[in-house]
Amino acid sequence: MSARHAQTLTGWGLTMPSSADVLPVFDAAEVSAAVVEAGVRGVLARGAGRSYGDAAQNGGGLVLDLMGRTSFDIADDGSVTAYAGVVLGDLISGLVAKGRFLPVTPGTRYITVGGAIAADVHGKNHHRDGAFGDHVRWIELVTADGTVHHVARDGSFDEQRIFYSTLGGMGLTGVIVRACFDTIPAPTSAVRVDTERFNDLDSLMAAMVGGDDHYRYSVAWVDGTAKGAKLGRGVLTRGDHAEVADVYGQPPKAIPTGDAPKLASPPVPMSPLNRLSIGIFNEAYFRRAPKHRVGEIQGLAPFFYPLDVLAGWNRVYGPGGFLQYQFAVPDSGADVVRTSLERLGSIGAPSFLSVLKRFGPGRTRSPLSFPIQGWTLAIDVPTRVEGLAEVLDGLDELVLAAGGRLYLAKDSRMSPHTLERGYPQLDEFRAVRSDLDPRGIFTSDLARRLQL
Amino acid sequence: MTDALSRPTSVLLVGGTSDIAIATLHALRSPVLRRVVIAARPSDGRDAVVADLERAGYAGVEAVDFDAADTATHEAMLDASFAAGDIDLVLVAFGVLGDQLDFETHPDHAVEAAQVNYVGGVSVCLRTAQRMKTQGHGALVVLSSVAGERARRSNFVYGSTKAGLDSLASGLADSLHGSGVQVLIVRPGFVHTSMTSHLAPAPLSVTAEDVAEGVVSGLKRGATVVYVPATLRVVMSGLRHVPRAVFRKLPI
Repeated sequence: MSARHAQTLTGWGLTMPSSADVLPVFDAAEVSAAVVEAGVRGVLARGAGRSYGDAAQNGGGLVLDLMGRTSFDIADDGSVTAYAGVVLGDLISGLVAKGRFLPVTPGTRYITVGGAIAADVHGKNHHRDGAFGDHVRWIELVTADGTVHHVARDGSFDEQRIFYSTLGGMGLTGVIVRACFDTIPAPTSAVRVDTERFNDLDSLMAAMVGGDDHYRYSVAWVDGTAKGAKLGRGVLTRGDHAEVADVYGQPPKAIPTGDAPKLASPPVPMSPLNRLSIGIFNEAYFRRAPKHRVGEIQGLAPFFYPLDVLAGWNRVYGPGGFLQYQFAVPDSGADVVRTSLERLGSIGAPSFLSVLKRFGPGRTRSPLSFPIQGWTLAIDVPTRVEGLAEVLDGLDELVLAAGGRLYLAKDSRMSPHTLERGYPQLDEFRAVRSDLDPRGIFTSDLARRLQL
Repeated sequence: MTDALSRPTSVLLVGGTSDIAIATLHALRSPVLRRVVIAARPSDGRDAVVADLERAGYAGVEAVDFDAADTATHEAMLDASFAAGDIDLVLVAFGVLGDQLDFETHPDHAVEAAQVNYVGGVSVCLRTAQRMKTQGHGALVVLSSVAGERARRSNFVYGSTKAGLDSLASGLADSLHGSGVQVLIVRPGFVHTSMTSHLAPAPLSVTAEDVAEGVVSGLKRGATVVYVPATLRVVMSGLRHVPRAVFRKLPI
């Protein structure tokens, strides 16, 4: 166990470093003691550091490292009770052995339970199952006065107010120490996948609107470098957990565990990714995908976590780091998807990871929860692309005009004004926060930057 | 917090009425910039700068009193600037050019220039560094000069003040490594500003806007030293090695 130490922290995008005192903590009592003693720069819990911007940083203040406590329990009904620092990937083999799977998982399994709740993460099944927070039963939360609260979905009015604000609350309501959440049935460790390739954005989006409801999981990879008639061409992958009958006679699939991936990206002094190499990659990825393939059996890891194969893939964008622009717009704002691809394409922003998804209804009781019914597009871009700031500022306007918003767990550049317009319930969140934490002890670089 | 696109949300311009300071501010302008502090001596000129910026639509413009030579007041100036929250970027842009001949005939004037450029710089840089370490992030941009790189017969007093400041900033950059604080040393050549309007421009001369652009690109790259124009890096590298007997006679 290492004691309190100064450390420079960044998010997954490797931008915006700040230095903080990092303190490993192991239970509610330790968290409580640390919170009570926090200085003027405040305190924040940090998990795996997989948010892209500055959400898990607290420059000059205290950062509680909750990754040391990794115990969890899977009950007979499939519910999981876990410490906040438990990594989702470490739960998978235990769940699969019981015929269960994570209720919601983002594109990486290396995030923590605490982070999943604080960012209210979503996955390929949002249109069917909602966000991670929709499956949480209760949270053990240490608030600013050092009190340990047990807040449950079915608790009292006051409890519920704290509970729902903590879902998506970016760690600003208190420190999540433990939580209990439900899981979903998964008869096998495989997924039955239908893959379809579309030559343009309209046909891709039409297929998603038309068919996503027939699948539990759906996500589209979009070629962020294709232009003109090919703009927004993509590969749509949809699937369901495979039944035993589906995999009967198939070669056994490896059950993914939380093991470290075999490949690692070294730090690169200069990014090998540029317009040309990404263009070639995207072309190859597109051509490799089948025009239409039905019923393919895939393992959980290749289906849910294709990028986890390469540890530290965030370094391939070079020393300047990268950002991910992710917005959600209602169906009426579907045009923003096209405009985003056009405008980012026009400045030659090389992106090999553009992901389009449909969201189901959002959770209005959680003021900062990101998903709203409609579309969400996420695009990776290296930060040093010329003209990027202006293009993204312009896209913000379109997103807001369409009634949309940006994802806080990905943000590293929006303005306080963009936050306020995108999250009309922001004042509700502020009210909860000022009740729970009148002195603003819980804070982060993101909170300060966005005047949350 | 400066965002992922290297755009500060708050800026303190020390010597904030200078042409280079204002040009740099314009280059750093973005929708996320919400606070601009102009530190300068109270004057009509400072009031005019504040009014101009407000008219141009800048949000949160304020002025604080700053006298470079009076280092006893610097702590209060920085207190006032940091009181309302973190400052993402501090630009140290004050300084006097003076006149070499005057310095040689009136050594007192040279001492005054050294007080302002070097001693004042030491005071502001070190005090700013403390505050930025406390907030765990920030960028300190120090306006140096190629004149400090190798003292020339024609302006060695000014050059020596910049040499001292440049050395200080360079050491500070190393001492702050790993603290979340970035130091950027800017070494322009001859800049066309009100400070140099009475002089004949040297070769490779630039404008305040060029310097501002150099600052922005240096911040983006995470550089410690930028030359403006960039070609001066090569020129100065050569000049450093010119034999003294030759250097003395160069018309620079």
